[in-house]
Amino acid sequence: MSALRERLRISNLPKPARYSLGALGLVFLFLLPNKWFYEYLGIPLGFAYIPLYTTKNDMASVLFICTWIILLSLGLNVVVGYAGLLDLGFFGFFAVGAYVVALLTSPESKLLTEYNWLESPWPWLVAVPIGIALSLLAGVLLGWPTLRLRGDYLAIVTLGFAEMIRIVAKQQDWILNGDRGIPEVGHPPGSVGGEPLFSFDAKPYYWLALCVIILAVFLIRNLVRSRVGRAWVAIREDEDAAELMGVPTFRFKLWAFAIGAAVGGLSGTLWAGQANFVNSTTFSLENSILVLSAVLLGGAGNIAGAILGGFLVIYIPEWLRSVGDVFGLPETVTVGGSTYDISPTSLRFAIFGIVLIVVMIFRPQGLWPNRRRAAEIQHRKKEVAVGE
Amino acid sequence: MNIGELLRSFPELTVTGVTQGAIYALVALGYTLVYGVLRLINFAHSEVFMVGTFAALFTWGLFGLDSNTERPSIGVALLAILAAIVVAAVTSAAVALLIEVTAYRPLRHRNAPPLAFLITAIGASFVLMEVAGSLTVRRPFGVPALLPSKPLFDIGGWAVTPTQVTTVVVAIAMLVGLDYFVQKTRAGRGIRAVAQDPNTAALMGVNKSRVIALVFILGGLMAGVAAVFNDIKTGSTKFNVGFLLGLKAFSAAVLGGIGNLRGAALGGLLLGLIENYASALFGSNWRDFVAFVALIALLMFRPTGLLGESLGRARA
Repeated sequence: MSALRERLRISNLPKPARYSLGALGLVFLFLLPNKWFYEYLGIPLGFAYIPLYTTKNDMASVLFICTWIILLSLGLNVVVGYAGLLDLGFFGFFAVGAYVVALLTSPESKLLTEYNWLESPWPWLVAVPIGIALSLLAGVLLGWPTLRLRGDYLAIVTLGFAEMIRIVAKQQDWILNGDRGIPEVGHPPGSVGGEPLFSFDAKPYYWLALCVIILAVFLIRNLVRSRVGRAWVAIREDEDAAELMGVPTFRFKLWAFAIGAAVGGLSGTLWAGQANFVNSTTFSLENSILVLSAVLLGGAGNIAGAILGGFLVIYIPEWLRSVGDVFGLPETVTVGGSTYDISPTSLRFAIFGIVLIVVMIFRPQGLWPNRRRAAEIQHRKKEVAVGE
Repeated sequence: MNIGELLRSFPELTVTGVTQGAIYALVALGYTLVYGVLRLINFAHSEVFMVGTFAALFTWGLFGLDSNTERPSIGVALLAILAAIVVAAVTSAAVALLIEVTAYRPLRHRNAPPLAFLITAIGASFVLMEVAGSLTVRRPFGVPALLPSKPLFDIGGWAVTPTQVTTVVVAIAMLVGLDYFVQKTRAGRGIRAVAQDPNTAALMGVNKSRVIALVFILGGLMAGVAAVFNDIKTGSTKFNVGFLLGLKAFSAAVLGGIGNLRGAALGGLLLGLIENYASALFGSNWRDFVAFVALIALLMFRPTGLLGESLGRARA
């Protein structure tokens, strides 16, 4: 059985099979946001089927949310999964990316209206590299003093960092304009037949984000297979041993932090392009925690796992919202004179919480883990401490 | 910077800061106890606190008090508060124990990696918060007026209300009681032993599972008491009330040195004071910002907090 599984592993398939599988997968992903395509996807159930698409929200928007969360998970996976640094405030870097794009491309930005730093709004495409660069800088600036802290102390400092960014964003009279936010954020360039390609429809953004993800996966994969990646894994496994073996741990930790931050910022720039409106309410701490659970649910230390996790944390709650529609479940129930909302829409995060607990109990390595890490965790099981 | 404002209202800021700090300290103890024994950030602890705030509200409902009723006589008010403390503390402790049994114990049996615990903690937090959100239709609930709002005494501008006195007195009593329990009793010695070295403690005959359950119960008790006074202080509660407070309390625990009981008390007190002074200095918008800056700055110079780590080693 295990021999067969070994043979069927994608990496063990012959090259042509692997490439055609990959190409098929890509075609599927690019077709996915089209209504004529996703309408037919579902779990067969007798004569009917349970649709896999989402009914409450437009499928393309849901898919776009999935893509930028996946991008965030990819970034956080470098920090948590490879280098083993617990970062609870990853969404802060996303905020940096999003705000840089908003400030530079919106005609309403205070850089134009109050400070006169800019003559006119910049194009989105110019703002993106600046957004990424500044997120990277934010990562270095945060990492430089704090990466000497270990484990849980680092966690609280990163968490504080994300909260600080949110508080700065919340100030009404400051440059970021608080809850009122920055409207009319620039869109990516390009037009089809006179119509701008990127406006409010989420579909083109999904395709763009998909291309960005493919690029990011390629870069990160090469990085983790290089000396840098080996250094990260060494630090994750045992920081002191790595240092003694001559790995400059601080420098590589800073690298991991900066690269993760840059990918997070990139995700923010994409999101800002589509959202068209950036304000402080998006950057709540819950989102940082959601991304972290995406990485660990999918399987820390594995790129495919991070992608799977990022997809599931958005898709499961959204899909659960649709399930009630499909089965015609009652939305409310009245007990003892008071009415309670029991629709999957309102309970979706509770159900998601249960899913997190159950998965972690039965698969603590995540759904699609790194093979070496999974083996280590399997090994740990045999070393259950005394008194348990 | 508004130094004049700080100097002018310094006494008042100190009093409110100490009151807020007392609540932080009580919640921080829950984080610190669990961390000291399990090396685990119990993210769901903020929800333990949240459940406590609703339990207190429920108790006052049984007394026929709600946000629209007249202020009751002082005797009834004290009785209602006492009843709420008991009910909220027991409820919170039960929830904390439930979290330990359902979310953490199965992972320990499988010797899961530390990050898996973090995720189940987040999961448990989601479940509790969302269920509470659904049950309460996500709206805020007003708290009945209980203690008189007239200052109890006023010495040189230090006006202190009965609520503040009760909060601080009860918090100190709880802190001293917990410290005594951990330092002097047999069960407390078990807690310190497991914190110091779980495996050796288990080999020496300490029932580790029972100690861990006890630690969660103690943390829950403290959070329940804090919940009652947070209700009274803020005048309302909501399903997500635990989130920010939990974050602050956790910061307080880290500030004082996580895993260290007296550190949690000191950290809570300091955080409450820093916040209040900062809101006078920079405006209340920047209150939380300054609190986090102070935390990060402190960790730069004392990476293990003010009083250092460890429940067992530093003798609390």
